[in-house]
Amino acid sequence: MEVTTKSMPYDAWKDNEYIEKLVKELQDSGTNVIIGSLDHLINWGRSNSIWPLTFATSCCGIEFVSLGAARFDMARFGWEVARASPRQADFIMVAGTIVHRMAPVLRRLYDQLAEPKYVIACGGCAISGGPFRKSYHVAMGIEDIIPVDVFVPGCPPRPEAMIYGIMQLSRKIKVEKFFGGVNRQEKQEEFLKSHPIEGIDDAK
Amino acid sequence: MANIQEKIAKLFPEASFEEADTLTITIPDAKWHDLAKTLRDDAELAFDYLVTIVGMDWKDSLGCIYYLDSTKHNTHIAVKVIATGDRETPYIHSISDLYAIGCIYEREVYDFFGIIFIGNPDMRRLFLSIDWKGFPLRKDYDMDPNINPVPLESERQSDFTQMYVEDADGKIVKEEKRVFVENDFVVNIGPQHPATHGVLRFRTAVDGETIKKIDVYMGYIHRGVEKICEMDTYFQTLHFMDRLDYFSAHPYHHCLCMCIEKAANIEVPRRAQVIRVIMDELSRIASHCLFIGTFCMDLGATTMLFYTLRVREQILDIMDKTCGARMTFNYETIGGVIADLDPDFVKDVKALLEVLPKNIKEYNKLFTGNVITRNRMEGVGVLSREDAISWAITGPSGRGSGWACDIRKTAPYAVYDEVEFDEVVRTEGDSMARFKVRMDEMEQSARIIAQLIDKIPEGDIQAKVPKVLRLPEGRWYQTVEGCRGAFGIYIESDGGTSPYRLKIAPPCLPLAAVVDHLTEGSKIADLITIGGSLDYIVPDMDR
Repeated sequence: MEVTTKSMPYDAWKDNEYIEKLVKELQDSGTNVIIGSLDHLINWGRSNSIWPLTFATSCCGIEFVSLGAARFDMARFGWEVARASPRQADFIMVAGTIVHRMAPVLRRLYDQLAEPKYVIACGGCAISGGPFRKSYHVAMGIEDIIPVDVFVPGCPPRPEAMIYGIMQLSRKIKVEKFFGGVNRQEKQEEFLKSHPIEGIDDAK
Repeated sequence: MANIQEKIAKLFPEASFEEADTLTITIPDAKWHDLAKTLRDDAELAFDYLVTIVGMDWKDSLGCIYYLDSTKHNTHIAVKVIATGDRETPYIHSISDLYAIGCIYEREVYDFFGIIFIGNPDMRRLFLSIDWKGFPLRKDYDMDPNINPVPLESERQSDFTQMYVEDADGKIVKEEKRVFVENDFVVNIGPQHPATHGVLRFRTAVDGETIKKIDVYMGYIHRGVEKICEMDTYFQTLHFMDRLDYFSAHPYHHCLCMCIEKAANIEVPRRAQVIRVIMDELSRIASHCLFIGTFCMDLGATTMLFYTLRVREQILDIMDKTCGARMTFNYETIGGVIADLDPDFVKDVKALLEVLPKNIKEYNKLFTGNVITRNRMEGVGVLSREDAISWAITGPSGRGSGWACDIRKTAPYAVYDEVEFDEVVRTEGDSMARFKVRMDEMEQSARIIAQLIDKIPEGDIQAKVPKVLRLPEGRWYQTVEGCRGAFGIYIESDGGTSPYRLKIAPPCLPLAAVVDHLTEGSKIADLITIGGSLDYIVPDMDR
């Protein structure tokens, strides 16, 4: 199965190994025809209308503004509905440095996103701390705080790179399985374990 | 300068003088407040503008260097005060009663160095959380990430602030004070909010729709650039300038380069000087374009963003061809610029100059005269000239209040003294004035570029600079006109390959600090207008 989006030829994508791994996992688990077709339909809808959260801490955020404007025009892809509230958004594009004071805020924003939710780490700072690795107040990559689906390198990444990154995300959504996906970074049990609710034992 | 020195020596016999880059007065802490009062109030001195406070750790002692300017006489002065007390509780008398901006500058020094300012009404940490261990810019600060790990729980908040006062016996007493009045209704705006232009947080005490007080909460993008610079060589410090105020990347680079060149006695070739000025002005146009776009978007005119970004993209293309990047250029370097101009540069810039007036006309037609615009902006957030100086509001915002504070005119650098341009000053002081100043400044920037574009001299683009650059011992201060106001760099060197202290004096910190003063008594909707018209950039104020 060749997973692609926006009529881009399959060979034009780089790093196809990961998506082939996901496809294999999907095929090995086995699904019946009806559920499989439903999955296909739902994924088609979801992957073509992923809405970002307006979340920008620094330089990368300005490139994200450029992405929204007429020249790069993310409306072509169905991502233009940037939401100011995390409850209405599908993914966070972490555009910029995350520092100590911001880390709990980012975690809360992620927790507030409605399922299914995705994260794109955009730019060197969000990936690893980038130019500020030596700093005393910068989180060395957001993976310690929230799970990440796609990394977009650059400082800041050009809008084209951001488009490519979000397209990769939409490709990942295409191979998702209904009711708990294969490509969710954070499995449900893990999430419940890290967020215990008083009086309820998740182990059962 | 000589008569300033004579006058102060007569009044304060304990002061000592040092003729360095700027005349530096050293004064004991006990006399500092009196000296500051004299410096500000004496008509012959009239140092009414507090440029910055540089906190210092000289290993054996802690202290501050205050940079003061006189807006009347256009003179500069530095005052060095060494903190009394031991390293555990060093203290200096506060001057926040004389300069409104002093309060926030002193909080910054307290946050980084732990120097307590006696008499400052709000002695909290500014960028770091209240549970932070240690003072990061001290030389003996332990950087071990295990001491201050990345927190995953929400930060502890306090409704109280501290104030240190001297009692009758001269003992320092700590007092607890409330930030807001008890039972105030406090609304939290930010850090994740589309109208705060980045991750800034306002704790807003409201009475119905009316704002009573705003507590500006910063540090959501504090990256500790000053500390990292102390660990890097001079060449390595340059690229951080791109990432502070990412719209003024060129002017900020220009500032740091000039400061280092001044210290190392490097003569910059004329071709590089001209290229630098053209790049500065191009980024000013691009920056103001984005300001207009986002500001109008905040006020509900979303379409304006698309119109203004059209010009911005055109400028970014020009920069992209020459510098190889769209935003973080790292183009100006010590001794000149890093690469020669693109062959198409002159042609592209001329094409830009041709379309720019049409675009500005279009912006005015679409937005400036609009009834809603005028109702929302005229008379909103009025800042008087005196307040602008006291709050150190420079740049287009200060000029909107009638303060002619353009560094390009008051202390011309590079080739600014050879070009003709008008300093745009308006006297209304409201949001509309701040908006119009930026609109007119774009035309002036275009005028500067038009004068230079045909006269870029041939020659070298970079002076000979040693690969391993060491600055002699000493300290230097340099300002330039960034896109949002006066940007300053302070370097103190101990003769090594990296700065002993590199202080960044950003224009946006005062811009955010003044929000409380401007919004008092206005409606919540006006906060958006006022914040937008001040045009602060959060990574710039937080550093």
